[in-house]
Amino acid sequence: MATAAATSKTPVLTPEIRKEIEAYLPRYPTKQAVTLPALHIVNDHLRCVPMGAIPEIAEILELSPAQVYDTLTFYGFFKHTPCGKVRAWVCRSISCALRGGEEVLSAMSDKLGVRPGETTEDGRVTLEFGECLGVCDFAPAMLAGDEVYKNMSVDQVSHVVSQLQSQADRAAD
Amino acid sequence: MPDFEPVLLANVNKPDSHTLSVYEAGGGYSALRKVLKGMSPTEVIDQVKAAGLRGRGGAGFPTGVKWGFLPPNHPGPIYMCINADESEPATFNNRILMEQDPHQVLEGTMIACYATKATTAYIYVRYEYPTAYKRLQMAIDECYAKNMLGNKILGSDFNLNIYLHRGAAAYICGEETGLIESLEGKRAWPRIKPPFPAVEGAFRKPTVVNNPETVANVPHIINRGVDWYKSIGVPSTGPRDPGSYGPKLYCVSGHVNKPGCYEAPMGITCRELIENQGGGVWKGRKVKMAVPGGISMGLLTEKELDIKLDFAGPGTVGCLGLGTAAVTVMDETVSIVDYLHNCCRFFAHESCGQCTPCREGTSWSERIMHRIKAGKGRFKDLDILLNISESIGIMPGTTICGLADGAAWPMKNAVKKFRGEFEDYIRRTNPAGFMEEHAVEALELVGIAGH
Repeated sequence: MATAAATSKTPVLTPEIRKEIEAYLPRYPTKQAVTLPALHIVNDHLRCVPMGAIPEIAEILELSPAQVYDTLTFYGFFKHTPCGKVRAWVCRSISCALRGGEEVLSAMSDKLGVRPGETTEDGRVTLEFGECLGVCDFAPAMLAGDEVYKNMSVDQVSHVVSQLQSQADRAAD
Repeated sequence: MPDFEPVLLANVNKPDSHTLSVYEAGGGYSALRKVLKGMSPTEVIDQVKAAGLRGRGGAGFPTGVKWGFLPPNHPGPIYMCINADESEPATFNNRILMEQDPHQVLEGTMIACYATKATTAYIYVRYEYPTAYKRLQMAIDECYAKNMLGNKILGSDFNLNIYLHRGAAAYICGEETGLIESLEGKRAWPRIKPPFPAVEGAFRKPTVVNNPETVANVPHIINRGVDWYKSIGVPSTGPRDPGSYGPKLYCVSGHVNKPGCYEAPMGITCRELIENQGGGVWKGRKVKMAVPGGISMGLLTEKELDIKLDFAGPGTVGCLGLGTAAVTVMDETVSIVDYLHNCCRFFAHESCGQCTPCREGTSWSERIMHRIKAGKGRFKDLDILLNISESIGIMPGTTICGLADGAAWPMKNAVKKFRGEFEDYIRRTNPAGFMEEHAVEALELVGIAGH
């Protein structure tokens, strides 16, 4: 009980995160406009936006938690539990699909042992399907963190998965 | 197009093309200096209007006219939003501009702000463009360091701040009022218009939303003049067509030998683009069909590839418009069923859910296409698809924004132009049930998972 009470009082947002969020306030005429930047900042740090972060973001932005939650849930992008250290989107839209994108996605899924939207057991990789990543000149493509994997093929999937794993190992906790 | 000298892509192949020094060495920011030194905002608007620049984001609205809709003598603030939520499938021209030549986009943005008296600009960059985001931020930082942003820019009375705003993977944020809602920190539900953003946009203030490629045209119009700009492209073809002037970035992807983003005068034909810039269809195959300007615009048959890719061309063969001028080529091995399934799945995923006809219609069409693809289709489904396509969107007047029209056009074009192929597929894969008229069970109920 005592532990639970103590945990519930420990803020989810570190002073560092709060500071980063507050730095965005002067950019906009309303505090609410910082909602999306705040969600991104939290997500960048924690690889998710835990439920506990929502009232704290709301407090900084002088909103009700429901307003923050409303915006958060609109974008399927933000999750409540941590994604893998690397989140990889394999494009399934038309230009990639024409060049084997769907096959790459299912091969990635088989190799990683997860379905799109899921994270590998070792917590290193979250696989996602993406809608057009705007890399149609190098289709099929995948975006993993800030890195773009171009001209993918089913044959390279084993290699790509090991690249993703080392990308995950390089990523800070 | 051997004679055409690139304008918008003139810098992109230079080493370090994204830096201020390289941009300035190529004559960059001379238009900004010219404007600040000797042109009034009205003169800039008039010049852009006279050049006939039309928005490159999809709708093709005349840019100078849009700027002119701002209320005169407004006390401010006025906001500029640059719509870099480039999410239309097969479209990546703005990614190239922002990654390889961010200063060109910034210079255009600055002049657009000067013309509209906007003092804050937000560049809404989609989440999927991390490199563009970084390059733009670097470019913005360079400008602040050189007093090309901030207060009293280059010694003038012009003040401007530019901020990047990162999206979160939602196609609807590319709709201008969806973008504004998202910028304000809300769900990106498009607004009912009027009021138009020019009157009441971001933070309830007058706002202009422009595409990056659109504003990238502006410095060239300032530097080289209206006559030069109007010497490129296709003149007006009638009273309802304001003409298609200037250079255009065309994306070519899918089954071509050289997918890429190419600059050409507005109005090259789809076939020229595929053959010349795209290097022809891959693997020695023949083209079967192509998407003219992002999947929202519908579908061209092989016979229709000689249409001009200008604002008026695609409409002459039943497409929605030029859209983003992103051509996706499909060779003879592609099934129309796979194409339409892919389109319907995209729109079902991206419908924002605000308007019932779109939310339900896009999902319904995806389920129908999934069932057809899985070998459980009926002829009747084709009529249902047509019925959906004719009842969702701003054209039938049932939705707030045009996403549903974009969802409708692939259905409409595919079913009307390739009905025989659909019927062959349905008859072949569902010989027992293709004539079924009664309701059929959803695939999930017969054990075929959705995707």
